[in-house]
Amino acid sequence: MRDFCELYWRLDSTTKTTEKVLALEAYFCQAAPKDAIWAIYFLTGSRIKRLVKTGLLRQWATEEAGMSQWLFEECYDRVGDLAETISLVLPSKQPAQGKSAPSLQSLIENQLMPLREMEEAELRESVVKLWQQFDQRERFVLGKLMMGGFRVGVSKRLVIRALAKHTGIDAATITHRLMGHWEPTVEFYEELIDPDENETAISKPYPFFLANPLKEEPASLGEVGQWVAEWKWDGIRAQVIRRQGQTFIWSRGEDLVTDQFPEVETAASELPDGTVLDGEILGWDQSNGRPLAFNQLQRRLGRKKLGKKLFTEVPVVLLAFDLIETGGVDVRESSLADRQSQLHQVLSGLTSKAIQEPPKVVEGPSQDWKSLARARESSKAMRAEGLMLKRVNSSYQVGRPVGDWWKWKVDPYTIDAVLIYAQRGHGRRANLYSDYTFAVWKEDGLVPFAKAYSGLTDAEMRKVDKFVRKNTNEKFGPVRSVTPELVFELAFENIQRSTRHKSGVAVRFPRISRWRHDKKPVDADRLETIVSMLDDD
Amino acid sequence: MVSSNELLTMTSKGLFCEPGNFYVDPWRPVDHAVITHAHADHARWGSKKYLAADTSAEVLRIRMGEKADLRFQPLGKSQTINGVSVTFYPAGHILGSAQVKIERAGYATVVSGDYKRNPDPTCQAFEPVRCHTFITESTFGLPIYRWPDPQTVFDGIDRWWKLNQDSGKTSILLAYSLGKAQRLLSGIDSSIGPIYTHGAVEKLNAGYRRSGVELPETTYVGEVDSKEVDWSQALVVAPPSAVGGPWSKRFGKISVAMASGWMQIRGTRRRRSMDAGFILSDHVDWADLMQTIHDTEAENIWVTHGYSDVVVRYLKEKGFNAKVVETEFTGEQLEGETEQAS
Repeated sequence: MRDFCELYWRLDSTTKTTEKVLALEAYFCQAAPKDAIWAIYFLTGSRIKRLVKTGLLRQWATEEAGMSQWLFEECYDRVGDLAETISLVLPSKQPAQGKSAPSLQSLIENQLMPLREMEEAELRESVVKLWQQFDQRERFVLGKLMMGGFRVGVSKRLVIRALAKHTGIDAATITHRLMGHWEPTVEFYEELIDPDENETAISKPYPFFLANPLKEEPASLGEVGQWVAEWKWDGIRAQVIRRQGQTFIWSRGEDLVTDQFPEVETAASELPDGTVLDGEILGWDQSNGRPLAFNQLQRRLGRKKLGKKLFTEVPVVLLAFDLIETGGVDVRESSLADRQSQLHQVLSGLTSKAIQEPPKVVEGPSQDWKSLARARESSKAMRAEGLMLKRVNSSYQVGRPVGDWWKWKVDPYTIDAVLIYAQRGHGRRANLYSDYTFAVWKEDGLVPFAKAYSGLTDAEMRKVDKFVRKNTNEKFGPVRSVTPELVFELAFENIQRSTRHKSGVAVRFPRISRWRHDKKPVDADRLETIVSMLDDD
Repeated sequence: MVSSNELLTMTSKGLFCEPGNFYVDPWRPVDHAVITHAHADHARWGSKKYLAADTSAEVLRIRMGEKADLRFQPLGKSQTINGVSVTFYPAGHILGSAQVKIERAGYATVVSGDYKRNPDPTCQAFEPVRCHTFITESTFGLPIYRWPDPQTVFDGIDRWWKLNQDSGKTSILLAYSLGKAQRLLSGIDSSIGPIYTHGAVEKLNAGYRRSGVELPETTYVGEVDSKEVDWSQALVVAPPSAVGGPWSKRFGKISVAMASGWMQIRGTRRRRSMDAGFILSDHVDWADLMQTIHDTEAENIWVTHGYSDVVVRYLKEKGFNAKVVETEFTGEQLEGETEQAS
């Protein structure tokens, strides 16, 4: 626990990526596997759910500090972080009773996990004992372990980089091994850092291959015949896995969404074992052979139970555009042309239409850029966002490497950004947090990038308002900083360089085009993406 | 609730003692000003005559200039001004900082100015003074502020300095040029490497040394040829405003740290994007504030700059006769930030 706390504060004290990687590497070098895997678990954003209600922690800390409720609130208001406030108000740690601090693993498994089974009186006693074991900075980290929200400016990508450096295994392999759900056990850690190939868990997805926005004229990509044009769909990117008679559907956010799309699950049962498809899940308008509007699909998301009515009104399909594994063999190194011709064969065996090949942009190979540009202009009619351009001989890569996959959107100026600040509106919105500041990723932090206040329906605005009130971290006068959790698509008219903005860019007429319930903050765009939209260079 | 014996009233120019016809730390020019200490929000230019504790003579002169009419009075010695007795007692905030006890007909009011009770070898230790009305600051008047033992803080600074030496970075330590800077200099281990100072700090170091405070050897940055110095071994003490501009360019790779009570809160550290933050304050923390109020045995507590609302509400709950007194003192603030906004 002590080493982990030290790591936490080292990571917290720097904004430099290289130093963070160094700190992580140093930690992995000396940490026991049983502790290292828990560290990875927390730093990559997982948390132990339903440990102790935060309300109770707050109440007990107030009582232990011997202060009135209002005084605790004043403190919380100033600090803006509950775990930190609790760590600061509690009485000083009891003098050590000769016992050394528990390891991270022992703390979690022997002291934290059992809390879930306890009745309130016993729970209170155990929590207070825990607090007494640690000093203020350790209590802060303990609070984060208990309450989640481990934000220390470390992304999954950074942890992977450090692990890759530490083990000498390439980052793509580590990325793959860390996909999906896994248990923080020594066994898993050993598989993670095993230099040899090991057997893949049957549910494990592959890292997605992501496209970059096309900034240049498409002609700059060279010979049109080297490129495959596809529609850029506006749905949910998904990977469908069929292995050993079981189906797993993963979203890009690495959520297992199998249950949400039973049509696709049923169709997938016809796939041969050892098949992994990459595609887009969309609400489907069979009669017009095109997707339903995105907000129709949205009705299907995040629901515990799906009614019959929704199934008839919003049937979904997976438009499969790539094949990652076939016959149990990873075919990512094959060319796109080969993968797609194998995909065609695999899909031709299906009777269900819930998994199908996407409608083509042009029949046959692309003839010239002009006709593709014309096709792109008809994206709206296709309910597509534009075109994807993929190099015909490209392999299936990890992450967002530049060069082989491009998204050529109709409206070049939309990006996904994370809500970080909210302010009360005026007039009709006076009591609602309706004015927002959005951020995008720069290195491993979120940098404010645009303010926007229109575009949401009243009902949506009320939902955001509720979220803001519940997730306020700090108050700066009328402005509240909120836990970065909600992702919105912003549209804007123009983009220019700016020295006045922290992000270095200023956008014209930003507005919220929609709430991306399907995306997590990690899926938001990067500042580089926005900078690359600049026209001036 | 205010007793008719009260000697001080709040006016637009500051705390005024009507029977004595003088102000304490006025923020507008007046005829007679009694000054608690030399920080700019307490010792302001423009008054005709100033009276302060003699321990502050050197630093106050540096701050107020040659032309100011400064008079000094020894600590613990009383002087009667228009029938009102005025006595200075050490406040432990910075060199020469004093509490002012104002007394008439058996009724005593003490104005604390800024004060702390943690050990600080660069100034006289705080002495609690019994009184009827105690006027206290509340810069860090929230229970979240609880100062660590200063020695552990200095140890941390020493470790940070050595670490920077090992990684070839210049250690830039930001602190108020009057008080905090000298406290840091006297607390750190000067055998680690050479110590350089910003001009504003060096000027006050001289005042401290003339007052008999022992400080390690320091060199004014402007006195040396930057290209000839191996900055990576050095510690540079500077006011917070120094970094970010061209001044810090000469040092090459730097690690910037700040020593302040505000560094107790993670969000403040992060917003300032410091490489390190050390918790070292020249004000009382919550526990010492409450202890001091208890020690003075005062019935009436007037609370000024800081978290005065919170402290007053808390004191009232505890049965004190407490009220907020609005002042223009700013206490220990971070530049460019409205810390009190929330």
